Amino acid sequence: MPAEPTPFHLTIGSRFENIELVHAVLSDALSAFDLDEESRHWIDLAVREAVANAIKHGNRLEPNKRVEIDLEMDDEELIVRVRDEGEGFDPGDLNDPLAPENRLRPNGRGIFYMKSFMDDIQYRFRPGEGTEVTLRKRLGGENDLDRSGAETLIDPADPSDR
Amino acid sequence: MKINVRQREGVTILDLKGKITIGVGDVALRDAIHQALAAGAQKLLINLGGVTTIDSSGVGELVSSYTTVTNRGGRLKLADLPPKVADILQITQLITVFDVYEDEDEALQQF
Repeated sequence: MPAEPTPFHLTIGSRFENIELVHAVLSDALSAFDLDEESRHWIDLAVREAVANAIKHGNRLEPNKRVEIDLEMDDEELIVRVRDEGEGFDPGDLNDPLAPENRLRPNGRGIFYMKSFMDDIQYRFRPGEGTEVTLRKRLGGENDLDRSGAETLIDPADPSDR
Repeated sequence: MKINVRQREGVTILDLKGKITIGVGDVALRDAIHQALAAGAQKLLINLGGVTTIDSSGVGELVSSYTTVTNRGGRLKLADLPPKVADILQITQLITVFDVYEDEDEALQQF
C-alpha cells in the first residue's frame, strides 16, 4: 500500500540553533519511510546546508527574518523547499571548490555538498519574495554519493562562499 | 560538540565529539585551535573518532585550522575519521590535503 504524500511546513527565525529544530522534525518525518541510516544522514546534511545558507546568506543573520521549510514526500520522492527573505545571488559567481586555488578556502562548499547528497537542486529567485531552493531525492534508489558535483539549475549578494 | 584537549608525546591532541556544524561546533573548534597555539603548541592532532556530523562550515573550520597551524610553522594531523567524515572530505578532494591517519598511535609516529 503506497504511503500517502506527507506535507510538512516549518517556519523558523534566522538563528543557527534552529537548524537543530529542523533536523529533529525532518528526522521524525523521515522515520516513516524505509530509508537506511546513511541515506537519512545525507538528506539531513543537505537540508542543513540549505537552511544554513538561507539564515546566513539569504537573511544575513537577522533573527526576525524567517526561513520557511516545506517538505513533501511519497514512496518515490522527497522534495524539500527552503525559502528565505534574501535578495538572491548570481550563480555565475559561485566558486568551484575543487579548483586548486579554492581548495584551501574556508568556505564555498555548501551548495556543492547539497548537489552531491541530493539528486537535484534548483534555485528560484523572485524579486521581493526571497530565494527558494528545491532539493529532490529519489527514494528507494541507490544511496551512492555523487562525487562529481553535478550540474544544477540556478536562477539569480555574494554567492561565492555559499 | 565537546572538545577534550590532552597532551601525549609532545603532541597536543584534540578529541572532538558530536557535531561540527555551523554556529556552534565550528566556533568551538576555532577557539580550541587558537588556545592551543597561544599555549605554544606546534604539533597538533585532531581525533575525529567521536564526530557524528560535520557540515560545510565544520569542514571549512578544519581547513582553517590546517592553514593557521601550518602558517605558524606547526603541523596538524587528523586521525580516526568516521566513514561519513572521510566521505565529506573525499567529495571535496580534501582528504589528500590533510595528513590523515587510521588512528592516534599511527599519527603520533609521524610527527
